[in-house]
Amino acid sequence: MSPIWLKVRKVALRLLEALPTVFGILVVCFLLTRALPGDPAAYFAGPMADQASIEEVRRNLGLDQPLPVQFLTYVKDLAQGDLGVAVSTGQPVVSELANRLPASLELTLGALLLSFIIAVPLGVLAATRPNTWIDHICRFLVTAGVSLPTFFTGLALMYVFYYLLDWAPPPMGRLDMMYLPPDSVTGFLTIDAIIAGEWEVLRAALAQLALPLITLALFTLAPIARMTRAAMLQTLGSDFVRTARAAGLSGRRVLVTYAFRNALLPVVTTLGMVFSFVLGANVLVEKVFAWPGIGSFAVEALVVSDYAAVQGFVLSMALLFVALNLLIDVIYTMIDPRVGEDA
Amino acid sequence: MNSANTAASAQLQGPPRTSYWQHLRHVASENPVTGMAFGLFALFIGMAIFGPYLVPYDPLNTGVGPALQPPSAAHWFGTDQLGRDVFSRVVVATRLDLLISVSAVAISFVLGSIMGSFAGYFGGWTDRITGRLVDTIMAFPLFVLAMGIVAAAGNTVENIVYATAIINLPFYARMARAEVSIRRNAGFVQAARLSGNSELRVLFGHIFPNTLPPMMVQISLNMGWAILNAAGLSFIGLGVQPPAPEWGIMVAEGANFIISGEWWLVIFPGMALMLAVFTFNLIGDGLRDLVDPQRRT
Repeated sequence: MSPIWLKVRKVALRLLEALPTVFGILVVCFLLTRALPGDPAAYFAGPMADQASIEEVRRNLGLDQPLPVQFLTYVKDLAQGDLGVAVSTGQPVVSELANRLPASLELTLGALLLSFIIAVPLGVLAATRPNTWIDHICRFLVTAGVSLPTFFTGLALMYVFYYLLDWAPPPMGRLDMMYLPPDSVTGFLTIDAIIAGEWEVLRAALAQLALPLITLALFTLAPIARMTRAAMLQTLGSDFVRTARAAGLSGRRVLVTYAFRNALLPVVTTLGMVFSFVLGANVLVEKVFAWPGIGSFAVEALVVSDYAAVQGFVLSMALLFVALNLLIDVIYTMIDPRVGEDA
Repeated sequence: MNSANTAASAQLQGPPRTSYWQHLRHVASENPVTGMAFGLFALFIGMAIFGPYLVPYDPLNTGVGPALQPPSAAHWFGTDQLGRDVFSRVVVATRLDLLISVSAVAISFVLGSIMGSFAGYFGGWTDRITGRLVDTIMAFPLFVLAMGIVAAAGNTVENIVYATAIINLPFYARMARAEVSIRRNAGFVQAARLSGNSELRVLFGHIFPNTLPPMMVQISLNMGWAILNAAGLSFIGLGVQPPAPEWGIMVAEGANFIISGEWWLVIFPGMALMLAVFTFNLIGDGLRDLVDPQRRT
């Protein structure tokens, strides 16, 4: 079989492996909807309901059925995209989440990209100069970085760059009131502005994005730099790098072609944990900067005990996380030179 | 002559006991930051135990000074919007913050290591069930899962503890499983089994104590994360309710004043939080260098 075909098969198998995970997520989300404090039927019937109307609500919601039947109904509703109605806005939860998802994705993916661009060279630099001051600084930064509460970094940056220096615009949402958002194509304001060619809007959107982006990137930078450093140290100590050096290849070529490309693989696998962190931190950053994403939607819903909205949020974040992990595994299979050679 | 003798006898008795301390000193001198971390750790423990008796003002008392005053000699960290003393609140908050994270980490350590030990020792269905459970928890972004659990189970401090314990469970279960399964058929285990110990006694009397050093590292690194997590949850309004002094909620209350320049409401509790997490992470790194130099990253 050709290596390409092997890779495709491996990817397909990996996609199948995600099915039990998705099933597990559905079970947990279902159990969370049934774990409401007190009686869910009484909750949905409202505080003024009498016993008869509570019973009616119970029948309507299907809460008198056995749990497995309830679970099937829950999955059937989900398949039709029905996550219930958000009490606070009166809109279906699905459309609320869909409207706000691009804002969250723009922030999260942007932050991941930024931290990758900074963290990988930093890790490589520290690994090539072990036990020097660069290495010590890297270690210190990495430990400090994972210790930073994102909400605190966000507020500190806001104080310095908005209040003291007045470089950043008021931390209110994605775009200053003075500008009209560009026509929505991707939902990412920055990309839409580029497509529409509205450079002034692009500048304003970037200005709003800068602080939340940096806050989130500072947080994700640490684990990526740490992993890069460890992986580089390991490949630099390996036999094939020594052989390459002994064969007289230039230092740059050994570092980039031989060591770095091999070190990248373990870094890619640890991205799963980084995604977990970044999706959680995203909620806090959105709250700090009043960013209109799904995180701040969930926080608002939490305050008014809007359970349908919170559960829809948890479910969609979990599915997003699974999708990101799948994407990483597919990329890993594609870039791993060893896959397809051993068969 | 004399020194050669002692060296020889030391060799006969196996590695001398002082080598551990020499190693500790070596690690500490390589990395002076670890020593500093232990000092900070003692400071935080002291604040948690004696804090409420040492602070100059009652942390809940409003109007002990004029509202929203910047730091001064009378109020080291300034006063908040209700005229409460920020310094007293930050110090007193230590106990609640540490209590939440210590209880959460303790629960997940006990449950996780029992589950993981069974999975690693007996294999079979215990392994499959534990593995499924751990995978399901890890399928969620962990902070988001904690939000969902607290939202569904009710907005109380106990539920914050349980939610934090649940999201930390996978780390301990996985580690205990790995550490137990590599020792399952080691020589000392077979000897213990042959001398008539029951399976449970072998597992918890002989194998489990050997997994403790790497577990300690995990606990220390995990503590920092648990503190961050609990503070994050109270920052978004879950768990601890005002006016209780807690770092996360103090930052959340101060957030409204940062754009008008009252920085001390956010910076001091935030710094305390950061320093606590930093301390536990540094200790974890230091312990890891001590226990397992190979895994140093």
